[in-house]
Amino acid sequence: MSTPLSPVEDIKLASRHLRGSLVESLADPLTGALRDDDTQLVKFHGIYQQDDRDLRNERRQQRLEPAYQFMIRARVPGGICTAAQWLAMDRIACTHANGTMRLTTRQTFQLHGVIKRRLKTTIAEINHALLDTLAACGDVNRNVMCSTLPAPVSARAEVTAFATALSDQLTPRTRAYHEIWLDQQPISNTAEELEPIYGDTYLPRKFKIGLAVPPDNDVDIYSQDLGFIAIIEHGQLAGFNVVAGGGMGMTHGEHATYPRLAETLGYCAKTEVLKVATAVVTTQRDFGDRTNRKHARLKYTVESMGLEAFRAEVETRAGVRLAPARDIHFTHTGDRFGWHVEAGSAHFTLFVESGRVTDVGAWRALTGLREIANAALADFHLTPNQNVVLANIAASNRSRVTEILTQHGLGTDRASQTRQLALACVGFPTCGLAMAESERYVADFVTRIDALFSDHGLPDAPVTLRITGCPNGCARPFLAEIALVGKAPGRYNLYLGAAFDGTRMNAPYREALNETEILEVLAPLVARYAAERESGEHFGDYLVRAGHVPAIVGGVAFAAAAQALAAGRGVAA
Amino acid sequence: MSTTATVPLEPPPNREQLARLTHAVADFTRDELLWTSGYLAGLAATRAGAAVVPAAIPAEVAKSARTLLIGYGSQTGNAKRVAEGLHRQVTAAGITGRLVSLADYPPRQLKQETAVLFVVSTQGDGDPPEDAVPFFEFLQAANAPRLEKLKFGVLALGDSSYPYFCRTGQLLDERLIELGATRLLARVDCDLDFVVPAAAWSEQALKRAGESLRTQAPPRIVVVESAPKVTLEVEHPTLSAELLLNQKITGRASSKDVRHLEFGIDGGALLYQPGDGLAVLPLNPSPLVDTLLALLGATGNETVNGPRGPRGMRETLREDVELTLLNRQFLMAFQARANHPRLAEVLAPDQGDKFAAYLESNQVVDVLKLAPAILTPDEFIRLLRPLARRTYSIASSLLASPDEAHLLVAIVRDAHAGEIRYGAASNFLGDLAAGANVSLRLEANLNFHLPVDDNAPIIMIGPGTGVAPFRGFVAERAARGARGRNWLLFGERTQHEDFLYQLEWQKQLASGVLHRLDVAFSRDQTAKIYVQDRVREAARDLYAWLEDGAFLYVCGDAKHMAKDVHAALTAAIREAGDMTDEQARDYVQTLQRAGRYRRDVY
Repeated sequence: MSTPLSPVEDIKLASRHLRGSLVESLADPLTGALRDDDTQLVKFHGIYQQDDRDLRNERRQQRLEPAYQFMIRARVPGGICTAAQWLAMDRIACTHANGTMRLTTRQTFQLHGVIKRRLKTTIAEINHALLDTLAACGDVNRNVMCSTLPAPVSARAEVTAFATALSDQLTPRTRAYHEIWLDQQPISNTAEELEPIYGDTYLPRKFKIGLAVPPDNDVDIYSQDLGFIAIIEHGQLAGFNVVAGGGMGMTHGEHATYPRLAETLGYCAKTEVLKVATAVVTTQRDFGDRTNRKHARLKYTVESMGLEAFRAEVETRAGVRLAPARDIHFTHTGDRFGWHVEAGSAHFTLFVESGRVTDVGAWRALTGLREIANAALADFHLTPNQNVVLANIAASNRSRVTEILTQHGLGTDRASQTRQLALACVGFPTCGLAMAESERYVADFVTRIDALFSDHGLPDAPVTLRITGCPNGCARPFLAEIALVGKAPGRYNLYLGAAFDGTRMNAPYREALNETEILEVLAPLVARYAAERESGEHFGDYLVRAGHVPAIVGGVAFAAAAQALAAGRGVAA
Repeated sequence: MSTTATVPLEPPPNREQLARLTHAVADFTRDELLWTSGYLAGLAATRAGAAVVPAAIPAEVAKSARTLLIGYGSQTGNAKRVAEGLHRQVTAAGITGRLVSLADYPPRQLKQETAVLFVVSTQGDGDPPEDAVPFFEFLQAANAPRLEKLKFGVLALGDSSYPYFCRTGQLLDERLIELGATRLLARVDCDLDFVVPAAAWSEQALKRAGESLRTQAPPRIVVVESAPKVTLEVEHPTLSAELLLNQKITGRASSKDVRHLEFGIDGGALLYQPGDGLAVLPLNPSPLVDTLLALLGATGNETVNGPRGPRGMRETLREDVELTLLNRQFLMAFQARANHPRLAEVLAPDQGDKFAAYLESNQVVDVLKLAPAILTPDEFIRLLRPLARRTYSIASSLLASPDEAHLLVAIVRDAHAGEIRYGAASNFLGDLAAGANVSLRLEANLNFHLPVDDNAPIIMIGPGTGVAPFRGFVAERAARGARGRNWLLFGERTQHEDFLYQLEWQKQLASGVLHRLDVAFSRDQTAKIYVQDRVREAARDLYAWLEDGAFLYVCGDAKHMAKDVHAALTAAIREAGDMTDEQARDYVQTLQRAGRYRRDVY
């Protein structure tokens, strides 16, 4: 077949391992933007070019270019960082970015609003804090996620170490990052530089790895391209069930695109993890679709190869035969808030609404956490759900931490369970893909949903609720019992009926509703749930059992349901 | 009537040229013909460097002792028009008169002259008109020649709201005496309302010059018994234009409010060229009028005798009199009644700096506050000057935007002792909504037009709102399909908020209409960087462009920028051309004399 390669493939190939003309772009004083090709390459360096969309029209009238600015995403395997690293990111955010830090659904920091002139200094300072941003975005393996504290497992440290090892193994080898941002000596001949795993054009699309420690599925393991589920035997880590081919992103109206849950490949011993991961990555490198970026994720490769052929290819490349998967049971999703005391130390998980670390009124997370970090009272573990664990607090420091939290209005009033579980992507005004509000809207929408459940005698019912501004899926919306995915300003597609534990996707339910319509559609469903639910039954499970929505199995089924909905045929349960 | 001008500016057209010209204008209306004559005059002016070089003046004319020379130094064209009127007058009186721009007049020739009438204006900080600078530098030099034979008169034009009112004329008048020349008549200093005093001086000057020349060479002089009344055509007609767009073009976080204004005009009635200006007649800010009424204890309903005759006090304050610019006459008249120590201090002789500083930072309202109760509304109004038009450089090209004229206006709104000080015209314009009608008058700026040669490269240095004419330049050259390269140097405070017309420049660079753009954003880094720094950095390229025949234009602030740029330019030429200081200065002067270094600074 002679379908031409995606234009981004040409840009990657010509880039001399991600160098492109970034140096020239950064030096151009006539614009706050990068050259078009460089906006693709800079993602591999952990940077997205964005603009303040609230100002876009105004600035066009002012005959000024858009208010270009950059989002910088750090790479923090497993979300684990020290108090010193937290302090450094805080300082950098307040000096060069918009004065807030955004904790993401992939356990890392995002800084927003960095202008081009300050980009280099910002990246250099992040590196100075012993963090980096290389491969935090782009067509490579991105930040490796790992179940966070206080996952109840004795082998926790060992699983965490695998997150770091996988991250190291799959980091690009190019020196471009060090040359451009850290003023290291350019290598004399980039033609001789090797990318042993990725090759010159890297992967066809982004690639995500997570490690889960049952019974916690806080990392939404089935949403990952590649997932490792820890198997603990007799208190020791034995190995992992390997799952592959998950991913959230899709495109409205393109029914060849769909969210998909990862499927189980089998079990591998812990000694074989790096080999298996590398084999999956190189299989995707060689078999992934490079002609259409909307069809390039591993999930489509697995779908088109077939699971058996894919597994065989991975086994051959890894030189490993995967054993039958072990039994695993997830019973918990989201984070475990509040205090958790272990022998010798304690952890406190702080709810951070939408992951935005800032000071708002009496809720002063930025200042409070800075004080805790300044006194080195805790480590800082970023969770997969936009929150932070203050980890490894010495028993003698607990009262001091409690005092600081209280002083800054943190962790005293418990938010509703639905609010604590809610996720939202950043969306407007910085994300170029957003079609509707997400982070700026989620708090209000949660209030409406809480009221709705309360009205039907279900106060504080835990419901997974996620909002994204577009169907790309940064907040993993297709794994929420109720999901809103932006379609147009003020209008969302509504998806219902995922499993609370993240093992089943939701189903497309209605298109392009405004808030009033969403609440009108949900009201009778919540009423029937209140009346008909079984003991302990979650909202999403009820909707499927009662036939309000179909149980979606597989991405293709999701796409078919979406297509039927778009064609006005409704959703057949 | 045969002309007595003895220096034809150009050889007359040959028959073939004349035929072409006749054909070209065959279907022109009267107005079109009139416009064309102005257009051709403009073309001639831009070729002046080549046309009226010293060598072109026949020796016998230069040596003539019986010719009355009328020399003008003009920036906005007013002095030139007064001089032209005077020249017509002289000619009508049968006197051999010669009209020259001081830009084109070789100053060494002065010692041959016997009778010269000067009409000179003063710019900005007391400076001569741009293109006359070499003439004045020559005269002020220690080795300037003695001028014992010379009899002269000076008419000085100026604006008394500037501290060094008519200084160029004053210095010229004094210097000529120092050099041994004799006054034909006393100097007259004219303010913005110069028409009447200029006519009076012209009449007097004509008489004295006639007498003087007759004494020297009686047989050759025909004295006209009744000279026709001197009339001066000094003003373009005003017209009312509709505001189409009032758009702030600095970002939300900018420290400045700069507006892009688009006016719908009848392109036939307001035929401007890029580089020309539009004079706007503003209304005074209402809050300021209220404050003044309160200070005077007036209701606003009183009838007062302002510049437009008996009218209501409020209307007069709002529409007829100057409130935001101070001048010496007002201060002196006010002080005569107030006898206030503060005013005594600034008005004291030899307190030029204090006086200048006071004018700069105070308005009429501040003076009134010193002694609010001493004047009746009518007495107060009588002290004030008529409200003057404010001129802004046109930021568009008729070729690119037919039937439109664009202005770039920085809104002046400064805090002063806890109160807001408004610039009258900028706030008047800034507050207008689309659809409003505004009185505009064309202010031709012949010294600041594009080169006639479309192949000549141009270098444009225009920080801040000084970039306005260059937007017109680039648009005009693009519309003409001019091949010459265009290089713009722009500066402002920040790239993100203050990059005036950023999107347009980006597009023009991409399309190849603009060839080079150097920017200096003073507040984007710790060290302040200005356009003059870019001039120095680009020394080599700048010199190469000049060697390729580039025309250099500077527009903007006169007080600091133009001087700094001038110094940077001289330094750049010295460095890149491997010259001595003196050679570099000569090089710059030669550029000025050739009309290839033009400034519109204020």
